[in-house]
Amino acid sequence: MTTPAYPELNYLNATHGIRSWLLTKDHKRIALLYLISVTVFFGLGGMFAGLIRLELTTPAGDLLAADTYNKMFTMHGIVMIFFFLIPSIPAILGNFLIPIMIGAKDLAFPRINLLSWYIYIIGGSFTLYAIVVGGVDTGWTFYTPYSTSASNTNVLPTGIGIFITGFSSILTGLNFIVTIHRMRAPGLTWFRLPLFVWAHYATSLIQILGTPVVAITVLMLAAERAFGIGIFNPALGGDPVLFQHLFWFYSHPAVYIMILPAMGVISELVACFSRKPIFGYSFVAFSSLAIAVFGFLVWAHHMFVAGISPYAAMVFSFLSFAVAIPSAVKTFNWAATMYKGAIWLASPMIFVFGFLGLFTIGGLTGLFLASLGTDIHIHDTYFVVAHFHYIMVGGAIMGYLAGIHFYWPKITGRMYPEAWAKFSALAVFVGFNLTFFPQFILGYMGMPRRYHTYPPEFQVLNVLSSAGATILAVGYSIPLIYLLWSLKYGKVAGNNPWGATGLEWKTQSPPLTENFTETPIVTEEPYDYARQGAHVG
Amino acid sequence: MVQQKESVTLGMWVFLAQEVMFFGGLFMAYLLYRVWYPAAWAEGSQELDVMLGGINTVVLIGSSLTMAFAVRCAQLGQNKATRNWLLLTLVLGLVFVVIKGFEYYHKFEMHHIPGADFVFHGPNADQIQIFLSLYFMMTGLHALHMLIGFGILAWIAGMAHKGRFSPEYYSHVEMAGLYWHFVDIVWIFLFPLLYLVDRVHHVG
Amino acid sequence: MFSAPPLFPEQASALAPQVDNLYFFLIAVTVFFAGVVALAVGYFALKYRRKHPDDVGANIHGSVPLEILWTVIPFVIAMFIFAWSTTVYFRIIRPPDERLEIYAVGKRWMWKFQHIDGQREINELHLPVGRAVKMTISSEDVIHDVFVPAFRVKADAIPGRYTSIWFTPTKPGEYHLFCSQYCGTKHSGMVGTVIVMEPHAYEQWLSGGTSEGSLATKGQKLFQDLACISCHVPEGSGRGPTLHGVFGSQVTLSTGSVILADENYIRESILTPQAKLVAGYQPQMPTFQGLVNEEGVMALLEYVKSMRKPATREP
Repeated sequence: MTTPAYPELNYLNATHGIRSWLLTKDHKRIALLYLISVTVFFGLGGMFAGLIRLELTTPAGDLLAADTYNKMFTMHGIVMIFFFLIPSIPAILGNFLIPIMIGAKDLAFPRINLLSWYIYIIGGSFTLYAIVVGGVDTGWTFYTPYSTSASNTNVLPTGIGIFITGFSSILTGLNFIVTIHRMRAPGLTWFRLPLFVWAHYATSLIQILGTPVVAITVLMLAAERAFGIGIFNPALGGDPVLFQHLFWFYSHPAVYIMILPAMGVISELVACFSRKPIFGYSFVAFSSLAIAVFGFLVWAHHMFVAGISPYAAMVFSFLSFAVAIPSAVKTFNWAATMYKGAIWLASPMIFVFGFLGLFTIGGLTGLFLASLGTDIHIHDTYFVVAHFHYIMVGGAIMGYLAGIHFYWPKITGRMYPEAWAKFSALAVFVGFNLTFFPQFILGYMGMPRRYHTYPPEFQVLNVLSSAGATILAVGYSIPLIYLLWSLKYGKVAGNNPWGATGLEWKTQSPPLTENFTETPIVTEEPYDYARQGAHVG
Repeated sequence: MVQQKESVTLGMWVFLAQEVMFFGGLFMAYLLYRVWYPAAWAEGSQELDVMLGGINTVVLIGSSLTMAFAVRCAQLGQNKATRNWLLLTLVLGLVFVVIKGFEYYHKFEMHHIPGADFVFHGPNADQIQIFLSLYFMMTGLHALHMLIGFGILAWIAGMAHKGRFSPEYYSHVEMAGLYWHFVDIVWIFLFPLLYLVDRVHHVG
Repeated sequence: MFSAPPLFPEQASALAPQVDNLYFFLIAVTVFFAGVVALAVGYFALKYRRKHPDDVGANIHGSVPLEILWTVIPFVIAMFIFAWSTTVYFRIIRPPDERLEIYAVGKRWMWKFQHIDGQREINELHLPVGRAVKMTISSEDVIHDVFVPAFRVKADAIPGRYTSIWFTPTKPGEYHLFCSQYCGTKHSGMVGTVIVMEPHAYEQWLSGGTSEGSLATKGQKLFQDLACISCHVPEGSGRGPTLHGVFGSQVTLSTGSVILADENYIRESILTPQAKLVAGYQPQMPTFQGLVNEEGVMALLEYVKSMRKPATREP
């Protein structure tokens, strides 16, 4: 096999200078702008997490003052959720890939796409400002009346930051929906779309319908805090629990904003590395939509101990069980896709295995929380912390890393060292389990979340968890090094290093600014490996 | 061009769906407190000037009509008429906002702005403060949408003035029309919900 | 000598084993399905590992019967868990009639407990073994949460309303009571101890304290001090409705609707009297918001509860 040549003209070198990046309308460049900014926020959130785990190695509060600790977990949550997880896969991989996958030159509204990056940066700046001038200590959930009348930290600038960033997410979703509806290449029918695109379509629906609700909620919170108008203040006749309803109406579906795109990545990779069509294409596609729809109907399962009516609790418990089914269906389909495949254990596939293991545990432990009898006990304990980290770190970040590794040759035109990537996947998997599995046990034993100090009987498990966190940190840091290294020294990848189907692999790596030299016409079914074979090159 | 226009139309509808959810959060809060505090809601509603609110409703519906004429003229490529209808829409919108401003100023004089300076006598003061907070947030956000609408109207009126629109190219006017009608519809919900609570029991 | 850390919370209430059984079943379900997925993925990855870079897999697109199977089976299992867990839940939230009443108030950052006999405690709660206890909970500032892991019960302490938990301690001992809703600086220091005692030790403890009289007596005194009694007269001819026998009864409101006079209703009627007006009365009762604190409201509530319907009138 001859080494492919690095394409002379591509989106990276089409124009030069910092202006050509900051004023770009190319979805691929905007994706890279997101990649850089999201990585910065990930590093920041990770640093907060490190300090949290360090503090929790001993029962007493000896490293950080109580207020500092409270700010750490608050800012860890805010940064990771609003500035890393929500934009990560959609704004980076989605932005880069959706137009190419559907054979378009760009998104429907390139200028709005750039605008949404700037909105993200402005919102992020407000939040960074809040962090720099002293931080915020309300927990990322901003529960009233603590956030409105008790906390004396920077709730307003943080809230404004989140409010603004929300519109970045809304505009990205809007752009995706219109693009997917209107810009598909000739022949690319809905059921020929890659499942990655389906997953992003479902995600975009949530972004459009959920994010405005949290925006208005944050606005009400800000008004309450700034003027004391009484809406959430029980002393003035307001209802603090109303805030929780409105907050979770967005923030539960937001979990699906984080995990659905990762599921989309996994669907692509499982098919490619099994060299087989995805098992049950339409079931995988529609389960994304089912998750998006059911996701809006389960918010009150965050409030089972907040004095809601038992009958409401019953209904929400039932719906929470129901939302688990489409996720289970997806998992079975992924596993079944591997049956009678020709499985290539390349590094992205190792990340996929990590995803499958962690997501399955994360999903199944969700049943403990949907179930009323057990939720009363484990609500607001470390069990919850472990559960959502299994979904959002084990699931979403594993999926994100899988996607970054899979599409890195397409984005940059170069390969990274395969062995290091496999090692990183392993380190993340081991480190993750060591960090978060003990937290399930801690939670059932009764350790509440957001605790700065804790009774000594919880120490051993906390030390284990902190030890795991160091391995996890190593696992996350290695890719940063070798991926940067690969930019200069990596082997030239060629158009299709994985031998994958899909329009994105038919164009050059890195692609031209306009993606394709001529509009592609699609005549084949998705993931048609069995008939077309796998053509590396 | 056709594909571009379809994209813009779909984008606008998706945007408006987003707007519905945005106002939806406030409507949920309104609903909850109205059920909790029906008496305070009726009493708070009495504080609003139903006459000015009514005039504003008529003005705004009128502006939707002129907006519809503007869209029709743009479709026919009549740039000058389009411009005039848009300017008339803008003027009606301004009338609405000015009247709203008078209402707000009156509330300010009465110390009915929620917050530290809020003064209200009677047993339901706290709950009425919540009613008025929602009143100000809902009408305030609505007015903000009007102000943004003025910018859009002025911009496309300028385009019409330059004779940019033709039967093939008028989607700007159509989009502005969608937006303006949406803002109008929000008011059609706000007016009865805020001004007409339980009026039937309080006539005279 | 290093001892292994405990991996499981103590079972110290009658409910605990029921919750734990459900928990164990859920663990079994988790292990089973995670095992199925892990085994399938691991087995396929080894067995169908590609031999040559040009290998492709079989052209299988899916199977509707399989899809139905793995939709229906998880759904049936989910519904089984739902039914079971909801049954347990209704046991958790429905206290028996025969019970000890305790009042708890969260305040940054401490727990205040009141026994109906009048004893007050801070961050400690003494209880007898073997008797059902119902705890009515509120908060003076932000949202807190009463959580006793050994009893497997939890409820938020929400300012402006009452929530409750109940449990029957089954084992004498000392148990953590955590605040498990984040409430600020010393959230993790808002930890109390539940001390479960043998009945005779509990009796001794009760009589040892300096009691200021029962909670209802305290409420009665407040009822007079705040001049509630001048309108709420026993006979029902005052400016306010009579309160005798009102607790637990159905009350008709001025709007025509009928509601149950429970703890939250009594509380609301003291603090925001106009919110739900009893039919036939003028909205003239002033609010007592700010005039009486959470503990005072609880004393008044206990007093109202203690007022029975006047017995057949003596001449």
